[in-house]
Order: sequence, then structure tokens, then C-alpha cells
Amino acid sequence: MSALSPSVAGLRAAFGDAIGRALVACGDTVVVLDRARVHDVLRWLRDEPGQGFDYLVDITAVEYRDPERPLEVVWNLRALARRADLRLKVELDPAGPLEVPTCTDLWKGADWLEREVWDMFGIRFAGHPDLRRILMWETYAEGHPLRKDFPLRGHFSRAEQVRQALGTSMEGHYALPSDLDVEEYA
Amino acid sequence: MSTRTVELELATPSVDALGRPVRAPLRARPRIGHGHYDEDFGAEQMLVNIGPQHPATHGVLRLLVELEGEVVRRVVPHIGYLHSGFEKLGEYRHYNQLIPLTDRTDYLAPMSNNVCLALAAEKLLGIEVTERCAVLRVIACEMSRIISHLVWLGTTGIDLGAFTPFLWAFQERERIYDLQEAWTGARLTTSVTRVGGMMADVPEGWERGLRDFCRGFPRTLDEIDRMFTRNAIWCGRTQGVGAIPAAEAVNYSLSGPMLRASGVAYDVRRDRPYLGYETYDFDIPVGEHGDIYDRYLVRLEEMRQSTRILEQALDRLERLRGAPLNVSDPRLILPPKSRAMSDMEAMIFHFKQVMEGVKPPAGEAYVGIENPKGELGYYLVSDGTAKPVRWRIRPPSFINLAALPRLCEGALLSDVIAINASVDIVMGEIDR
Amino acid sequence: MELNDAPGGAEVAAVSPSFVTTRLDFLANWARANSLWPMPFGTACCAIEFMATAASRFDLARFGMERMSFSPRQADVLICAGRLPFKLAPVIRRIYDQMPQPKWVISMGACASSGGIFDNYAMVQGIDTVVPVDVYVPGCPPRPEGLMYGIMLLQKKIRGESLADAALRTERGVGPDGLYLPPPVIDELSEPFGNSVHQTRSA
Repeated sequence: MSALSPSVAGLRAAFGDAIGRALVACGDTVVVLDRARVHDVLRWLRDEPGQGFDYLVDITAVEYRDPERPLEVVWNLRALARRADLRLKVELDPAGPLEVPTCTDLWKGADWLEREVWDMFGIRFAGHPDLRRILMWETYAEGHPLRKDFPLRGHFSRAEQVRQALGTSMEGHYALPSDLDVEEYA
Repeated sequence: MSTRTVELELATPSVDALGRPVRAPLRARPRIGHGHYDEDFGAEQMLVNIGPQHPATHGVLRLLVELEGEVVRRVVPHIGYLHSGFEKLGEYRHYNQLIPLTDRTDYLAPMSNNVCLALAAEKLLGIEVTERCAVLRVIACEMSRIISHLVWLGTTGIDLGAFTPFLWAFQERERIYDLQEAWTGARLTTSVTRVGGMMADVPEGWERGLRDFCRGFPRTLDEIDRMFTRNAIWCGRTQGVGAIPAAEAVNYSLSGPMLRASGVAYDVRRDRPYLGYETYDFDIPVGEHGDIYDRYLVRLEEMRQSTRILEQALDRLERLRGAPLNVSDPRLILPPKSRAMSDMEAMIFHFKQVMEGVKPPAGEAYVGIENPKGELGYYLVSDGTAKPVRWRIRPPSFINLAALPRLCEGALLSDVIAINASVDIVMGEIDR
Repeated sequence: MELNDAPGGAEVAAVSPSFVTTRLDFLANWARANSLWPMPFGTACCAIEFMATAASRFDLARFGMERMSFSPRQADVLICAGRLPFKLAPVIRRIYDQMPQPKWVISMGACASSGGIFDNYAMVQGIDTVVPVDVYVPGCPPRPEGLMYGIMLLQKKIRGESLADAALRTERGVGPDGLYLPPPVIDELSEPFGNSVHQTRSA
């Protein structure tokens, strides 16, 4: 049976109550955090000399079939030099505000990963510079597909889905509207 | 591979004081905001849309390019045009039924994805596969690496104006396709693994076919090498273009040849070995400058190393002739059809597996492998039922493509095409 | 020339075939069928098999189709090779609209023909709900030989056409609701069938 990553002890020492339970799942260490301190914890893990988690592997979210279980936002980190992995989770009440802080200022790779979590789950990342849908089109009206209350085939009928798809403006949504200072030629 | 040993003789007099070739911009100044604009050659601002249907976007990718003259001010990639709902679909399929889905995410290297899913499900179950199965999976992964890099080579060549290597590359791919077809029945959508083993063992004489391929393939690589590596056009369009330094590459979570070309020696096969890769003898090419040319050299060399691994794996396969292929757990592996028809217990196991599926214990597992494009990760969360609660695909191309705006800073429009090609994307994996 | 009054009051002008018109038809169809310029609308795995078909082993050049036309303005046949998600639906419709007549559409693969294995919120269940299709090539992906058979079927279809038949070259425009087929038809075409009905019960 694998032991907990040594980073857990360091986290508990540095952040105390903000660190919830830590467990080993199939050999990987998973640490559950308090939502409020997520950004500090991630920064500590990246910058602290003994930790050095310089590589963000993935950001994703999980919703369980059991409605009692909270939504989880999952960060997978890796320390390349030490060849160490760590998984961090924040639990969100599905009824409450689905929001966690962004870490785009720590890892540039977080940008699109967080946009995808927003698109698929409806979880906002506070402070993200450009939180738009990335996989579905930006005016997609059916909801957030990976939620469990979203049916596999979507909410609308097929004809309605085709109609909405054909009705999207392909030229719209170029870039950040505030940034666009290029004259459009008629 | 840490130094460049290519001498260039460029026809244009665009060399700097030290004799190094310098790319001469066409109209506008190469640096935004520096210097003045000539009255006659005033740079105009334009917004150019590339895609989603475009031969050079390697799939349905849309690039919005804000140009100032010929120089790129900003590139905004838009993806999602191939979003197929894989992760949602995965929640409605048994673990073995996920394997055909994985073929269709990264369709350039299907067997690699199959292997990753089987490894993730086996990690959830806590089982180890047999040695013969591990060797066959290594063979599957390396064959996938070769065919994926060949597509990359062929299509990048076309993007940069060289058509013939595309035909050479695809001819070699056909040889691998023949082997894949002989093994799995399908050229592209292989579904070669199962949880706990493989779909089938390789047929009689298959190893000889793969050895023949390994013998002939380096010659094709040499031809391609001769065509590209010291070619003035190729070098002029790829050297110094789309470079990203190592620290930024790590911060952008790049992986695979994109990361190694920038000088970061991270390869999942060596740093987080799986399937016994630590016992194989192979080198990992690492670049230096992080530009397109280094990515090309890294991928070319990776194909040579893959051939080396394949030969070693074939030797092991010889040694393991007759060894068991699948784990001997009747709850995981279908019994032989003859027994399922005659033996009650076998029939029940068959029924349960097909109708109910394999049920791993509740938990979660992340497995990352070295896909040709980068680190492919599957994150499976189980609640004890036969269908996963969550199937997350950590797509290397998605994360690599997110760095495209950074790679195209200050580039010319034609460089955007070259840089986009060098990222080696497959939209099926990006959009899932 | 005779005018037929079809039941229901529609007038159909039928040109009684004469030697000249059949020779003209033959010539036009021969030219069209043997020089189809494909517009490869390659999206996913089928696009790779399409590329393999164009490569040296299977060689589309035998059919005069090696000149891929990536501009729809110069293309004859739109080959939709791969799955079509909803986000891509307006794109293929626009590409189809940009192609000048005569034009044909080959739906390559199971996903383009019917949605394939992707019976979910993201996938158009067959491109025929968005563009009219002439030949469906089944397979996941179809072998290059399968695609070539589909192309040969299209050539056969073209050879059976007639220049006088205006119906062949008229396009159904967009309806008032933004759709190209009546909604019940789209729903019926997109109905799940076979095993997929049972597979998608959760857990």
C-alpha cells in the first residue's frame, strides 16, 4: 500500500485547517482543500523550494451520480525534477455558487483547461482573463453538458438542435470584444 | 542531439554580421512598435480567418489572425468544431466499450489510446497484465508513434511546400496499417486492448512482417532526412521560427516533442515508466532551441528510436512464445467461445461480462502515457458500477495548442502555418 | 417536346430523348464524372482514410480526383469525411452553398451518414439533415476501397443524369425556421435505432 506523498505533511504545516482529508487512490495522493485557500496552496506548491510542482498536468471536474456527493474540481500537479505527483481537490456544493479561484497566473497552461471546465460543468474560475466557452459555441443554450442532470442527447429535440446550430453567427465572437480595434471592412 | 550541424547556403544575401542567416521580412517591420513605417509601405491592420475548413489547419481548427501587414499581432485559435461528447458518452459505456471510443479521439495513433485506457482501467482494478501482453502493448504504442509522426511529417511537408515525402510517409503507413489489420481486423479503429489483456494475440507470421518493416523503414527515414534536414527552404522556414524557451514550455504544460524540443528532457516512458519501458534500451532526443526545426529533428529521431524499441520487443516476443496473453481472471476476460457454449460457469462469466460489464471498486485512477503528441492521460473515476462516473481525457494536443498564440508572437503569416503544423495536433483529441 | 400533366397539377416538362440530347447528356456526364474535383471536408478519422485513398497505394488520381479543391468555389463534390458536430453544421452548409452547380455530396463514414457511434448532444445525426447527400459510404472508417466504390457509384449516378432535368440542379433553400428539412423529418432521421437505444441507460 503506497504511502501519502510527503507534500501532505508540508501542506498541513503551512496551511493547517485549510487542508482537509488526504488519501491514497490507486497509488496517487489526493488532498482535499478548502476552496478559499486554493490559490495560496497552489502557489506554495509551485514555489516552495522542497515542493517544486512546476508542471500542471490537468484541471478537471467530477460530478458523481450520487446527488449527495459534492462536485469536485481536480488539479493534477507534477514536480518534474522530483518525479512526484499530487492531486488536489476542492469540493463544491452543487446548490451553492460553483466558483473557484483561477490559477492562470501561476501556470499559463491553466487557461484553456479552466475554460473547458466552465464550458462542460458551469464552474466559474474567479479571475480568469477570458472565461468563454471553448468546446461548444459561445451562445450554446442547452446548458453545461457534463453535468449529470444534462441528458446524453441534450435537452432539445434534434430539429431544434440543428436549428440552433445553423442559426449561430459564424463570424461572431472573434476575440475579446474590448480588444478588437481592427476596422472591419464592409 | 544537442547541437546543430547544418551548414546553410542561402541564395538571398540575408545574413547578419556573423554570417548567420536572417529572415528578411516582406513588407512590415519584424518588431511591432519599433521603428517607423515607410509612407509607401504603410502596414494595414487586417483580421484574417483561417479555417475551420482549411487544408493547412490539420483538422477543423479555426485561427483568427490579427495582422499588421504581414506580421502577426495576435492569433486566437477557436476549437470545438469536432466536439463529439466523448467524455459524456464514456459515462454510458462499460470499460471495455470505452476502448472503441478511444480509437476515435487520437485517430492517428489509435493503439496508443487503447493501451492508455486499458492501463487506467487496470489501475482502478489493481491488476497487472502478463508479460506477453505488456510487450505487445509496447509494440502497439511504438507502431502508433511511428504512424503518427509519419502523418505529421507528411502533412507538415505539404504545408511547407514539399509534397513527395507525404507519399513516402503514407506508403510506410500502409505497411503498418497492413500489420494492424492483420492483428485487429481494422486499419485505423483498432480497439486492440481489453481490460486485463488484449483483443487477440498476433497471428502467425505477423512478427516477420513487423521485422521486415523495421528493416526497411530506416531507409525511408534516410530519404526523408536527405530531403529535409539540410534543405535551404526547410531550414529557412523552420529554424528560429516558433521558438519557446524551456521554462515557458513547462509553464504552458507542453508535453511530448514540443517540450523536448525546448530542451526539457521529460518523457513519460522514462520518468514514469509503464509496460516495462525502463527495461528497453532507447534514447530520448532532446532539442535545444525549441523551434520548429528542433521539433522536426526530435520527431525524426523518435521514429528511429521507436524502430529500435520494436526490434527489442520482437525479440522478447520470440522468447515469450506461448506465454499467456490475458490475465487469468474469469471475471475480466471472456472465456473461449467453445467453453462458453459448453460449460455453465463459463457461460455465466461470459454473460455477466457482456451484459453487466467489469465492475472496478470505487475510486479513481490517472494514467499518463507518452503518446506521440505528448502526455496522454486518462482519469477514470469509478463508483463501483460498470460504467465510469467520469472519464477525463487529458489531451496533449489541446494543451500544446493553447501555446500557439505565444509561439506565433512576432511571426509572419506564413510562419503561423508552419508553427501550427509543428504543434502536431489532432482535432479529435483536442475537441473530444 | 411534350408536356406531361402529372397528377396534382404540377407540370413536368419532359424532353423526349433525341439523338442530340442523349449525346449531349453523355458528353456532359462523361466530363463531369471523370473530372470530379473533390472538396475534402475532412473532419476526423475518415479524413485520414481519405488521405490514404489519395496516397500512392489506392491513388485517387486514377479517377481524376487527385486535385483536391480546398476552395468550394472550384469544387464539384463535397466529401464529408468524418463526424459533424453541431458547431460545424453551419460551416458545412456554408461550404455547400458556396459550391456552384453541378455539385454532389458524398457522406463518407458512419458518422457523416447517421451520426455513427455518437448519439449525443454534440453530434449532427447525419449530414443529410443539413445538406442533401448523393452517396452514403458506410464504414467506421470505410476502407479506401469502400470510398472508391462510393465514388464509382457517384460516377454511375452522374452518368445517369440528364441536362434537361432541372430538378437535379435546383436546391432546396432554407426554410422560414432556418432548417433545410421539415423538423419532423429531422427528428425521424436522428432517431436512435438498434443497440444504441439500450446502451445509453446509465449505470
